Amino acid sequence: MQYIVIGAGPAGVTACETLRELDSTGRITLIGGEPEPPYSRMAIPYLLVENIDEQGTYLRKSEDHYSERQIEYLSDPVTQVNPQQKSITQAGGDRLDYDRLLIATGATPLKPPIPGIDIPGVHNCWTLADARVIVERAKPGTPVVLIGAGFIECIILEALVGRDVQLTVVEKADRMVPLMMDDVAGGLLKTWCENKGINIITNCGVASFEKDNAGVSVNLDNGESLSAGLAITAMGVRSNMEFLAGSGIDLDQGILVDPYLETNLAGIFAAGDVAQGRDFSTGSNMMQAIQPTSVEHARIAATNMVFTKRMAHQGSLNMNVLDTLGLISASFGLWMGVEGGEHSTLLDEARYRYLKLQFDGEYLVGASSLGHTQHIGVLRGLIRSHVPLGVWKVRLMNDPTRLMEAYLGSVQGVN
Amino acid sequence: MLRSLLIDADKCTGCVQCELACSFENEGVFNPSKSRIRVFTFHHEGRFVPYTCTQCAEAWCMQACPVDAIALDVNTGAKVVHDSVCVGCKVCTIACPFGTVNYSSVSGKVIKCDLCGGDPACAKACPTAAITYVDADQTGFEKMRAWAGKTDASSAASV
Repeated sequence: MQYIVIGAGPAGVTACETLRELDSTGRITLIGGEPEPPYSRMAIPYLLVENIDEQGTYLRKSEDHYSERQIEYLSDPVTQVNPQQKSITQAGGDRLDYDRLLIATGATPLKPPIPGIDIPGVHNCWTLADARVIVERAKPGTPVVLIGAGFIECIILEALVGRDVQLTVVEKADRMVPLMMDDVAGGLLKTWCENKGINIITNCGVASFEKDNAGVSVNLDNGESLSAGLAITAMGVRSNMEFLAGSGIDLDQGILVDPYLETNLAGIFAAGDVAQGRDFSTGSNMMQAIQPTSVEHARIAATNMVFTKRMAHQGSLNMNVLDTLGLISASFGLWMGVEGGEHSTLLDEARYRYLKLQFDGEYLVGASSLGHTQHIGVLRGLIRSHVPLGVWKVRLMNDPTRLMEAYLGSVQGVN
Repeated sequence: MLRSLLIDADKCTGCVQCELACSFENEGVFNPSKSRIRVFTFHHEGRFVPYTCTQCAEAWCMQACPVDAIALDVNTGAKVVHDSVCVGCKVCTIACPFGTVNYSSVSGKVIKCDLCGGDPACAKACPTAAITYVDADQTGFEKMRAWAGKTDASSAASV
């Protein structure tokens, strides 16, 4: 059996490891598109603040990790999948045959058609190559403009502040992290950042980029211009699936998969950020693009690549955790609530603490938190186990902080 | 033979000796808020329930770590955070459905129970044997696995 896994991020690597656990003799080929060993994009911010070196971003630390498991690692992007011939073609011209194929190619930052977006000094923060450029340009005191204040951008924000640059953030929406937090939490986060000396401009887009003496001039919608040594754009991502055009694989925002993480073409699977798989909360196929989901996808897809339809995906819970200059926020599931649902809220503005639980009848279906670091994972447990809360519903409505007790009482039945 | 923590909440008096012992053993201070085992109070029922990581087989934290900072200690079965590798991204703190991996803003790393390398301070400190360290077979390991299973994102297909 020849397995080919395209994409060397967490999904691709985890899938190869799972394939090897389940099939000791099959041939496993992992194909990446970048020169480095498989690494974690999530670790790049920690590289930027020099907490770790490049090796610290590698998904697996042992040099022999792949060879020990007889996983062949090739670094040459795939340009075409030929389902009829059961083969793939690489940029270098090589053609490889597969019996089972996994596509885990992730995503790429969007490049909106803004005039000047290609000039030197305007960069993404996505790859190790990008990180090297940012380290070079973002010296202490350098004016830097970060365009976008979503989830990934807030992590980059933290790293830039760690590099002591003079930072301005420009966000099109009315608040920070609009897809992860409500206006109360987003507003608190903005105040928190402003109190730390960061200039945050919301409700504002970028009209154009121009070269100037400092490097780049960021010309805003509101007529203002910001002169900077570096502009970092983070305006959303798109799935890496152009190479699948004409392959016959069903595509939407991502690659559509069934509960076995298999595409409409038998023997071809998808996992991770590129896969539009089942969302636990809604039951429909949605993009999530988070680490835990990637790994879940990978384990399930690999299992079904070895044993046909062995393991079904019940849906992954969307969730995120974010540290913005020391203020930690998290969101789980339907954090924005459901129609006809109820919520309980605890807000302490002075201490930047916020907790909001969303209920649908007797079930917890979503939550968001700000300033809480203890036991937050139990929110996943409470939502994911989908047990009726019974007496704990009223108790949580009165005091949302009693999450652990509610979990132990309702899910584990210890009281 | 693998051993694990057996918690018998019926015997717990809520004295929090376990929390003090854990925080002193691991953080060098007597501060329950830094303990990896916590005693939860059920006011309505008048009960105390000590709870910490069960070193579950699913190892959600270990699976979710993007930099391979959590590893299995084969001698104890514990999933152990390696501080030199942990970047402090906190993904494990939301991935663990038991809420037993926590972030420490002091160290910038996550902390979780590591069974004190095979000699857990909480069990030694417990005056009522509510927490004991015994052969894994006796701890209702299967029960714990069942709890873990309830939060699994996948399931064996019925076919």
